[in-house]
Amino acid sequence: MSLAFELLLCLMIIGTAAAALLIRDALGAIVFFIVFGNLLGLAWLSIGAANVALAEIAIGAGVTGILLILARARLKTLGDGLDFPATAVWLRLAAATICTGLAVLLAAAVLSLEPADKLGDRVAALLPDLGIENPVTGVLLAFRAYDTLLETFALLGALVAVWSLVPAGSRWRTPASMAIRDAAARTVASVFGRLLLPIALVMAAYLVWAGSDLPGGAFQGGTVLAGGLLLAVLGGAVALPRIDDARLRAVIVAGPAVFLAVGFGGIALGRFLAYPEGFEKFLIVTIEYFLALSIGVTLALLVAGRPVAPTQPDRED
Amino acid sequence: MSVVDYVVAALLLTGLFFYAAGSVGLLRFPNAESRLHALTKADNAGLGLIALAVALYWGSVAVAVKIAAVWLFAILAAGATAQILALAAREDEDGRR
Repeated sequence: MSLAFELLLCLMIIGTAAAALLIRDALGAIVFFIVFGNLLGLAWLSIGAANVALAEIAIGAGVTGILLILARARLKTLGDGLDFPATAVWLRLAAATICTGLAVLLAAAVLSLEPADKLGDRVAALLPDLGIENPVTGVLLAFRAYDTLLETFALLGALVAVWSLVPAGSRWRTPASMAIRDAAARTVASVFGRLLLPIALVMAAYLVWAGSDLPGGAFQGGTVLAGGLLLAVLGGAVALPRIDDARLRAVIVAGPAVFLAVGFGGIALGRFLAYPEGFEKFLIVTIEYFLALSIGVTLALLVAGRPVAPTQPDRED
Repeated sequence: MSVVDYVVAALLLTGLFFYAAGSVGLLRFPNAESRLHALTKADNAGLGLIALAVALYWGSVAVAVKIAAVWLFAILAAGATAQILALAAREDEDGRR
């Protein structure tokens, strides 16, 4: 990519980030945050990090954007003002100092990495033993599988936290219907959702399968699955399940559970999360498929939010 | 530069023109419906031209098919969201009257 393109991209990233921080209107700030995420994805792509680009655009811009928009809508229905009084000057200065310090530290850390430390070569040399070609998947599922395992549990914990927001002793078990209430608009969304859900399923399965050799993987595939599910839910083509549905809970814990089981199986070979020789790729792909399923459903349910009282089936949108 | 390069450049420039026209429409048109009209019509024409330019530039059928799929999903999404946004905008206006 040319220098002019990269400079323009950097300026646009900094500009959208500044706009997202400085705009007083919450919706405007969210829109700029989503644009910022997409531009950041382009930047990752321009340095050849397609895996990170996919994750940034799908999760950083897409799912986080929807979560922010829904959070704003819910705050508005609760009657919470979204205008905040201006913060004190010393507080702003302190925040600016801390953020600048963090940015300088990060920059120093990144710049201190010698381009010649051959970390990529060392990973590449180990990949043939795993039978996969995508170095990012190799790092995430083999060399640093511990981190990924804990991440999946963090996601599970987030969903449990959202579900636990129902009042104590209540019998609320179903999240508010997300279907669009206007009949004509719901028809449009329903046709679109019915068309896109099967394509999203195929795309998610492909992204996970391709993830062992090409950019892709469980998180990217799971986010595509979540997007397809949410579109179908918006059009009313698919209804949100009760959260105490045993099948739903099995799907949600399947990914972390399979990962953990394979990890414990590794103890028999002498080390937690060690893969038996010859079965590395099989186990990695198996874990990734279960993870993608769990991540997709968990993300969709995170967006749907906590269960509500049965008497108020509709949510303000 | 070969003939294909000139065609690619011409398609890119025409595509950019449509994008610019769509953006001007978004900024200048008076109400939600006409703004959506500018965005969905002009921007999709721009996207089609740029997709065509990219497919020609790569000169591979496999890439062209992928680009065509991207283009198709983009206009499907734009069409569906434009309908929903227009209906929501009308509801808002009715509410204000």
